[in-house]
Amino acid sequence: MLKALQLEPEKCTGCLQCEMACSYENEGVFNPSKSRIKVFNFHDEGRFAPYTCTQCSEAWCLHACPVEAIVVNEATGAKEVIEDVCVGCKVCTIACPFGTVNYNADSGKVMKCDLCGGDPACVTACPTQAITYVDSEHTGLERMRSHAAQSIPQN
Amino acid sequence: MQYVIIGAGPAGVTAAENLRKIDRDGIITLVGDEPEMPYSRMAIPYLLINQIDERGTFLRKDDEHYKRSGIAIVQGKVVSVDQTEKTVGLQGGTKINYDKLLIATGSTPLAPPIPGIDLPGVTSCWTLEDARHIARVAKPGSKVVLMGAGFIGCIILEALAKSGADLTVVEMEDRMVPRMMNDIAGTMIKDWCQHNGVNVHTSTKVNSISQDDGSLLVELSTGHKLIADMVVSATGVKPNTSALDTTDVKIEEGVLVDKAMRTSDENIFAAGDVAQAYDFSTGEMSVQAIQPTAVEHGALAAKNMAGQTQATHRGSVNMNVLDTLGLISSSFGLWMGVTGGDSAELLNKERFKYINLQFQDDILVGATSLGLTQHVGVLRGLIQSKIKLGVWKERLMKDPTRIMEAYLGATQAIGFNADVMK
Repeated sequence: MLKALQLEPEKCTGCLQCEMACSYENEGVFNPSKSRIKVFNFHDEGRFAPYTCTQCSEAWCLHACPVEAIVVNEATGAKEVIEDVCVGCKVCTIACPFGTVNYNADSGKVMKCDLCGGDPACVTACPTQAITYVDSEHTGLERMRSHAAQSIPQN
Repeated sequence: MQYVIIGAGPAGVTAAENLRKIDRDGIITLVGDEPEMPYSRMAIPYLLINQIDERGTFLRKDDEHYKRSGIAIVQGKVVSVDQTEKTVGLQGGTKINYDKLLIATGSTPLAPPIPGIDLPGVTSCWTLEDARHIARVAKPGSKVVLMGAGFIGCIILEALAKSGADLTVVEMEDRMVPRMMNDIAGTMIKDWCQHNGVNVHTSTKVNSISQDDGSLLVELSTGHKLIADMVVSATGVKPNTSALDTTDVKIEEGVLVDKAMRTSDENIFAAGDVAQAYDFSTGEMSVQAIQPTAVEHGALAAKNMAGQTQATHRGSVNMNVLDTLGLISSSFGLWMGVTGGDSAELLNKERFKYINLQFQDDILVGATSLGLTQHVGVLRGLIQSKIKLGVWKERLMKDPTRIMEAYLGATQAIGFNADVMK
């Protein structure tokens, strides 16, 4: 059974531990700007919303890549960037309609969530279970994805 | 079923792979006219700076990929298509039968009508062979003139500058990347290049190129004269429709296709840079010539060639991202705005940061950015999903950087609307 990240804004306190954990796990530094998961601040509503790649089945980033640098990890279902192959052209960063592939100027490559190979550091770090790693058939997850993908045309 | 695809770029290769997924038994032939494995022109700038080797430009890295997928690659130049016999004729006389034919022949560089454009030492930067030639000449201390600062000019500009060559850029229009960037952004990219030691002449034409004692003499419309070891021509491209010269297939700017990627001949389809196809933003048929669109076209054409006629095109969003000496710019959709629409803009010239959003009512229809590397794709998402921004439009008018919050706020259960959306 494939698992996926479930993000529940109503449980998020905005503590940013997920960003710290992500950047440390993947980049070896505590630097939220290097995190693949981001907590967005809704000050008018007094809410926070963690957001990252949903590993969508359309895989816009993967198909847009001109050099086959984004591949599916068959074990986790994650779409992963192969750093050695990525040339840094950034086409995936404009192709992803969810805005979850980012360019890292320090490495000259793009980065995105790869589910940490099946043990996401953000999930472990989150103190309020706003980020959980659940069966991808979970109904709440489907709801989140359908909101996210609201009416983006498919071919 | 025999499928023939002319053109081994992203559109052609994607189509071949999708055909194989749908039709396990069909015969698939991919015809390319360059003596290379299918590769990506997008990767050429990175080859020029030795970040990757030639293999790094290949569209598919596994040598056995095509063989294993049952995709026959034929190297040859198509000289004729016979619509009655349903054959493709190659130079040398070989004929290939087709039931369904895909034209994915991409673009060819335009050679501006300038005296001396055919001289040795004047080259385009389009093919792997061009790249090999440029890499041999562009060395520290060599003098290079780049004609054209459009998208292609700009992506090779960095590679030429990094080679250590003394680089001068000449652009006819009044700013850089005029077809993708507005006045403010195009002018800022020029300022950025000048800051970084590249000479840029805008509103300037090359009048002539001549040989001068082993070098090239480039005369500009401003009266300036430049000495160059090499002139790289990047003055635009046009759809490469020559394969259809012997047919009655309807061609305007490119090969006209319907929403099934089918041309005026029911057995001939077109995809990628050569196709004049449905544009999401304008509703018109246009040639976009961009990588994501080429791949979308290729996949869609394959479905229709294999008989999945319910697959219709909803239109591609025109978009570009460009890295000019480290300054990253992007534009989406109707970045120039629409009549009666609104726009929001934030500019910091000193820090080379800029964002411009274009709305029609409370829907985002276009955008331009400079120096934005995080979450930029959401601009495409907001445009293509036509999300009604509601309260978020006013918020974006005040702070156009909050694009991600606008997207999440308008589509997800956040705050006051959490219960309603469950």
